[in-house]
Amino acid sequence: MATVTTEGTVGLGLRRVSASKAPDQNIKKSDQLAILVDISSCIGCKACEAACAQWHDLKPPLHTEEKLFTGYQSGPGLAPNLFMYMRFQEVEMDKGLVWAITKYQCMHCADPGCLKACPSPGAIIQYTNGIVDFDHSKCIGCKFCLSGCPFDVPRYDANNKPWKCNFCVDRVSNGLEPMCVKTCPTNALHFGTKEEMLIRANKLLEGLKKRGFDKAAVYDPPGVGGTGYIYLLPHGDKPEIYGLPKEASISPLVSLWKGPVKLIGSIVLWGTLLGAFLQLILFGPIKVGKKEKKEG
Amino acid sequence: MELTRRSFLKIGGISAGSALIAGLGFDPKPAMARVQGLKISNAKAVKSICPYCSVSCGVIIYTLTDGAMNVKPRVVHVEGNPDDPVNRGTLCPKGATLKDFINAPNRLKKPLYRPAGAKEWKEISWEEALDRIAKLIKDTRDKTFIERDEKGQLVNRCESIAWVVGSTIGNEEGYLWVKMGVALGLVARETQARI
Repeated sequence: MATVTTEGTVGLGLRRVSASKAPDQNIKKSDQLAILVDISSCIGCKACEAACAQWHDLKPPLHTEEKLFTGYQSGPGLAPNLFMYMRFQEVEMDKGLVWAITKYQCMHCADPGCLKACPSPGAIIQYTNGIVDFDHSKCIGCKFCLSGCPFDVPRYDANNKPWKCNFCVDRVSNGLEPMCVKTCPTNALHFGTKEEMLIRANKLLEGLKKRGFDKAAVYDPPGVGGTGYIYLLPHGDKPEIYGLPKEASISPLVSLWKGPVKLIGSIVLWGTLLGAFLQLILFGPIKVGKKEKKEG
Repeated sequence: MELTRRSFLKIGGISAGSALIAGLGFDPKPAMARVQGLKISNAKAVKSICPYCSVSCGVIIYTLTDGAMNVKPRVVHVEGNPDDPVNRGTLCPKGATLKDFINAPNRLKKPLYRPAGAKEWKEISWEEALDRIAKLIKDTRDKTFIERDEKGQLVNRCESIAWVVGSTIGNEEGYLWVKMGVALGLVARETQARI
């Protein structure tokens, strides 16, 4: 079992805050936390899904027969009251039928696209241990976080507030493991520091390759700086069958809009005000009284 | 403070200026870490056993109460018991949803009794139910107890009663149950942990 140090679990600091300057990182030391999802030992029992809903007091949507969809899933996907779900897909591969099972939820990217896209200060925060969390009191409901997310994760309630997996930050910051990890009956979920999880993933990967899964791989997309959820995929050459994008990256529009466009906008705003001020100083206010009289 | 034209313009200018500075990416507000509460931190933890299947996983039931007379305890969370050798803290999807099972509005909480020939079930108290069960066991056993078989061998058995127990009983309760069953002379004994 992985050991978890108090660094990064108890007493959370902030690493990134949406639309704000990054807090000072030199105050508190913290480990990056991660969950390793070993797909090769997952049996798709959905215990993590049930335990997640129980811990967060969620009432996942019930699916009536008219809305029934194909597959073994308990729903079509994520919902504001379903933070994670088990995704099932049958795929024809060279060696025969493959039943691709994935635990799907927020990936807790090291470089979160949602946080980058968020215009409201403090509405999306990343703790020093890597957990990405929403603060609904500061959210303005603009839905930009979904456009910034490479994994299509946030889902909105009736008030346009986004909901997603928060890595059980309440449990983690009180020294407990996330609920899904605790309940997993087949030991497919492992929780610890990112470093430990990568070592464990590579060890398991060797075993998988010996068993004949020569294309097995560890899924930790570098496009978002690595993720808080690492996957060990038996068919690692095709992460799409697990519903995971092959090359996850934040939409270039987000950085364009938050970088140059924001700067240009500010310059235009400043310039307009400055111009108006200079106009006032140099030429004085425009007199419209005479014109009005003529027209009248 | 009297608000003159000059001071109004000053305040307005400062506010507009700071708004513009914030717009350029300088946040005057310090970023603060949030304190996270744990919903089971004040809950009473009670160890129990999952009632569903024969695996008999250990669970911890968290109840919010400080024992005050005017408050009814409320089950807020159920999770696996890490000290239980059967499941070591894990639970299956059915076991993980025990909180909803406990809080279900149509859960049976009292014994129901339907007399022979009646159509309706009626609620009876536990005392009444246990007394009636004990009396019927005694009557049946007295009536059908076999002390010696056809060959005259001493057997001391009661073949007319079968006894099945649920999976929530552990080792110690199981031991007591076997003792009790043997004392009654029951041959047909079964536990859900074997079914």
